[in-house]
Amino acid sequence: MDRIVVAIWKKHKLIGAWSFFLVASIAVSTYAATALFGEQFDKSLFLPGPSSAGHYQIEQRCELCHQAFGGIKQQGCVDCHGQELKEASDSHGLKKFRDPRNADSLQKIDALNCVTCHGEHDPGRTRKMGVTLAADFCVYCHRDVAKDRPTHRGLAFDTCAAGGCHKYHDNRALHEDFLLKHAHEPARLPRAELPARNFREVIGEISGYPRERYPLKALAQADADAKPPLKAGQAAMSDWLATSHAKAGVNCSACHLQKGAAGRTAWVEHPSHAVCGTCHDAEVQGFLGGRHGMRLAQKLEPMRPAMARLPMRDKAHDKTLGCTTCHGAHRFDTRRAAVESCLGCHDDRHSRAYKKSAHYALWQKELNGELPPGSGVSCATCHLPRIEYRTADDVKRILVQHNQNDTLRPNEKMIRPVCMNCHGLEFSINALADPGLIARNFQGRPGARVGSMEMAGQADARAQAQLQAKQGSTEVR
Amino acid sequence: MSIKKTLVVRSAETVANETDGFFRQARRRPAAVWGIRQGTATTHGGKRRRFMSSFWRNGLLVTLSLAATVLGPAMPALAAPGWDYKDVADALHIVMEADRTVYTRMIVNRLQNEEKVIKASEEWKDDKALMLPAQMFRASADLAAEKGANFSYSLISLWPVNRQNAPKTPVEKEGLEAIAKNGQPFYKEETLGGKKYFTALYPDKAVAKACVVCHNDHKNSPRHDFKVGDVMGGVVLRLPMK
Repeated sequence: MDRIVVAIWKKHKLIGAWSFFLVASIAVSTYAATALFGEQFDKSLFLPGPSSAGHYQIEQRCELCHQAFGGIKQQGCVDCHGQELKEASDSHGLKKFRDPRNADSLQKIDALNCVTCHGEHDPGRTRKMGVTLAADFCVYCHRDVAKDRPTHRGLAFDTCAAGGCHKYHDNRALHEDFLLKHAHEPARLPRAELPARNFREVIGEISGYPRERYPLKALAQADADAKPPLKAGQAAMSDWLATSHAKAGVNCSACHLQKGAAGRTAWVEHPSHAVCGTCHDAEVQGFLGGRHGMRLAQKLEPMRPAMARLPMRDKAHDKTLGCTTCHGAHRFDTRRAAVESCLGCHDDRHSRAYKKSAHYALWQKELNGELPPGSGVSCATCHLPRIEYRTADDVKRILVQHNQNDTLRPNEKMIRPVCMNCHGLEFSINALADPGLIARNFQGRPGARVGSMEMAGQADARAQAQLQAKQGSTEVR
Repeated sequence: MSIKKTLVVRSAETVANETDGFFRQARRRPAAVWGIRQGTATTHGGKRRRFMSSFWRNGLLVTLSLAATVLGPAMPALAAPGWDYKDVADALHIVMEADRTVYTRMIVNRLQNEEKVIKASEEWKDDKALMLPAQMFRASADLAAEKGANFSYSLISLWPVNRQNAPKTPVEKEGLEAIAKNGQPFYKEETLGGKKYFTALYPDKAVAKACVVCHNDHKNSPRHDFKVGDVMGGVVLRLPMK
């Protein structure tokens, strides 16, 4: 044997090096392949850099964005973000750039693909809103803006998207006509009230509701179909009896008795969010679309505060996020979910300042009954706003938007559904443009004075003057 | 003269010689059948007849392939006359115009001006009002694009209320000026973003008093002296050319 080895060695001097690198290559390839294709392996091995704040929770799901030998799939972006762009009446939507009239703009910037402007896992060039383009991209098409709009003369090239001015996608609260319509509004509107939730009124009209099994009438303890002894104890029973589910006829089996994989029903101790979704589909879809539930949406383990990048309380590090985390089981307390649940985990400057704010004072008064419902401002008021929603079978209702990201960035998205319930437009724009005020959780007055309203007013005055002049000179009628 | 009694048999190994050739000039039945002498006897005095010399054959082949490559794509058009770009553009425009006219007269004019049950407003969503006919036209164009129409259309003008709807390309400018002058459709080809389009512009006339009154009173309108029947703008329709 030795003689053979020596003979080989004498002929192939580098046999040692060859064998080593061959074995090493096979080992590394195997590891990389199992990491790429295997579900349980940590794919962060393949990340070229830390992922962005928006996507770090789902960075293990490379295939959501990447397709093998096909680059980044645009549909990956649209799957999660398409609906909100549609609702925002996207100012720079696909229809604009697919029109051949705008072919020259399309050549300057490939606006048909999200990744042109929103690159991922490249923190070196990622700015606000996940934008990875340099700040002068507006100028490529809008170089001549000062020619048509004298109010814009002398403005810098990189402040187009400053707070309260313009946004690339969502300008619903910022376009000229809207500004003019809500000019001269006071800081605090005389009628300051949130729209009331009305699920109770519309539940009868929603077609998917299981009315035959669970008719809409209040239930008593004797009607409960969970057989004692109850694992959760009498407290669970009392909680259920005292709150909306028992009052609406939703019995224990509605949530706890689920059809298993084999089709046989079984008693489930801790029903998942999918169970809630059988009646509260819109809320669950919102939850799955936001930062709280986006991991659940991708069939990853539920989010825990320990994984978060925002500061969180130590006690809450291992809480898994689901419907009952904020709402509590059986009681499904929405008041607790509006403030205490949030503050149980979130521990940043804005959250810590909330209890000293005037908003919280109003909330306390609402809880005490001193003010009518809808007067107080909880965390949920701003971050999980009440919006007008149309169900799949065309029933209009007020929905609590459970996607807390829907109005978060850019924060001008909060103006119409949230701020303008109580405040005037100009005040809201100024407040949201003041980062110090936001950090203090709106204690004090806005320090910023955004010129949007003033500019709109000037443009309008000038146009009206021109109109008067022209009509005066061409007095045909 | 020695007569070679050779049997000429057609086989795979037959090599081209004077007795072979096209149109079977060399194909002969066995001598026993014909009783003809074989060998060097030919019908044409010994010269090998060729269909075409290789020079001319190759030349013809090259010419035919070039012609096929150049003319091939045009063959369907030449072969069967059907709808050309102008016909298609005119047809599409008739449908668009009809839909918009029905909307303007039967819905907006009737409900706003006659029955007075609802208003039409630029900010229709916020004002809970009817869309303006021009906005309805634009919304239809957007929906058609979303549904995958490979043609595009929009409403543009030399005096637009919204500056986005001013002419952007040289053909649009030329077309709008032409239709404003003579009120007839304008057709031209143009190249945008490296693609070729058949562009048609159709005059958009003020068909109702409401058109003229709103534009004349609008603060953003560049022109305030429209009259009923004036050309206020044009529908631009683009068909991608192959």
